[in-house]
Amino acid sequence: MKNFFATPLRDEDFKKKNFCYETWIGNCFYAWDCGKAIGRYLEGLKEGKILGVKCPKCERIMVPPRIFCEWCFVLVEDFVELKDTGKINTFSISYISWDMKRLEKPQIPAVIEIDGASPGYGILHLISEVDPKDVKVGMRVKAVWKEEKEREGKITDIKYFRPY
Amino acid sequence: MGRRVAIVGAGMTKFVRRAKETGKELAYYAAKAALDSCGAKLKDIDAVVLGSAPDTFDGVHMKGEYLSCGAGAFGKPYLRCYVGGGTGVFSVAVGWYYIASGIFDTCLVVCEEKMSSYQPHPQGAFLTIFDHTTERPLGPNLLWIFALEMQRYMQTYGIKKEEIALVAVKNKKNALDHPAAQIAQEITVEDVLKSEVLCYPVQRLDVSPVSDGACAIVMTNEYLARRFTDKPVWVSGVGWCLDTAYWTNRDLCYPRYVEEAARMAYKMAGIRNPRREIDVVEPYDPFDYKELHHLEGLLLCDRGEAPQLLVDGKTQRDGELPVCPSGGLLGVGNPISAAGLMKVIEIFWQLRGEAGKRQIAKKAKRGLAQAWGDLMQVGTVVILEV
Repeated sequence: MKNFFATPLRDEDFKKKNFCYETWIGNCFYAWDCGKAIGRYLEGLKEGKILGVKCPKCERIMVPPRIFCEWCFVLVEDFVELKDTGKINTFSISYISWDMKRLEKPQIPAVIEIDGASPGYGILHLISEVDPKDVKVGMRVKAVWKEEKEREGKITDIKYFRPY
Repeated sequence: MGRRVAIVGAGMTKFVRRAKETGKELAYYAAKAALDSCGAKLKDIDAVVLGSAPDTFDGVHMKGEYLSCGAGAFGKPYLRCYVGGGTGVFSVAVGWYYIASGIFDTCLVVCEEKMSSYQPHPQGAFLTIFDHTTERPLGPNLLWIFALEMQRYMQTYGIKKEEIALVAVKNKKNALDHPAAQIAQEITVEDVLKSEVLCYPVQRLDVSPVSDGACAIVMTNEYLARRFTDKPVWVSGVGWCLDTAYWTNRDLCYPRYVEEAARMAYKMAGIRNPRREIDVVEPYDPFDYKELHHLEGLLLCDRGEAPQLLVDGKTQRDGELPVCPSGGLLGVGNPISAAGLMKVIEIFWQLRGEAGKRQIAKKAKRGLAQAWGDLMQVGTVVILEV
């Protein structure tokens, strides 16, 4: 093959509108039903608890909860209260927002393996009250909850996890 | 396993940050180039497969239907397939079963992506991959999942960023010889390590760019292949596999789903020892560590050992196992689905000895292309041979 087509346009020309283009801002507004399993999980968060589920067949304890075990493919109805502590499975230090703007204060997202769940079962959350350079894989962390009256049944009822 | 399936023609556009051409126009250029490369006319084509990533990029409902005329699908059986970043290689598996099953004698596979339309940055189109109730309220960005996976990979095996950066250096350099490449350049490990930190450990030069572009191939069966070309390239194995979307419950250090997909393809191709039997490989490299991660998942080296292959120079074009001789996504560019098909096309050209300055040193008989996508979830593999 010899001829490779496509006409590159420069960002600068795009910004200055040196060629024609049309724009549109879509208005997408959704309200998601939380479902049975996550519904219960969110109620738990409102009460200051992290809930998992236990598969009746393989007996693994999973978090976030689901009403089925995707391995055994059976109904899972047994909710178990887990601890609000755990350890960092992996983390990142994020200096940018979704639209690639620099953040003033970096965020530290992490997968946190929750104590009481089967080994390796974690959730995504944020780490704070720590110097980013001190965060390590394997570090023990504990949930920092919002005040009870401020909790509304959302994942953000846990403000973040901090080392302890 | 049904009819033998051949790739007989291939074509692609340039990959660019922002193309003047619309998606339909890019699809047309790639499809037409693929047809022309093997002297085929649209009337010779029985069915068309289209690969393209989310409608969100384009803001067009049913993008497959929107692109159909540009992809040569007018009045033909037509299907759009989509498995995230794995789409480009998966679309070849779809084309394979169209032909292998005997339903169709010929098939045109077209992959198109125009990421530049989404404002202010295409990364925003990916936000909806995160769970809407348990993850999105935390304010994630797409790079999180890569950074979390890269960190886990590095920690588990004690891999250094210096070693991983060598992938970016190699691929961007390889791309200097690719006429369609978007960000080919000669860089050093130091340049990578000094580049802007986006989401530690991911830095600017660890990442492939945002791209517009399209690729296409012509597929047919063993009876018709030589009517189109003297050098058909056979699809001897295809494989795909999906892991759980509960990604925080998996160990991200190893892509098990890539291994499952590879095992399916190896079995079909009768490959028992891939390390000896695969001559050239194009693993998916949207980030530099992903090339290493995928080499391990493809069973081409032991877990945690891929960086050593790189350090020893074995994955260069003149090495024992050339990896991403095209320049990969890091060098040629990453128009999602088109990037995956670009990898299949590179193996096609390498096996035919048509890769020009990119031609690998050793005589290649069998090659593999792999792609990956969704929430670090899907593995797609195609094995080609001559």
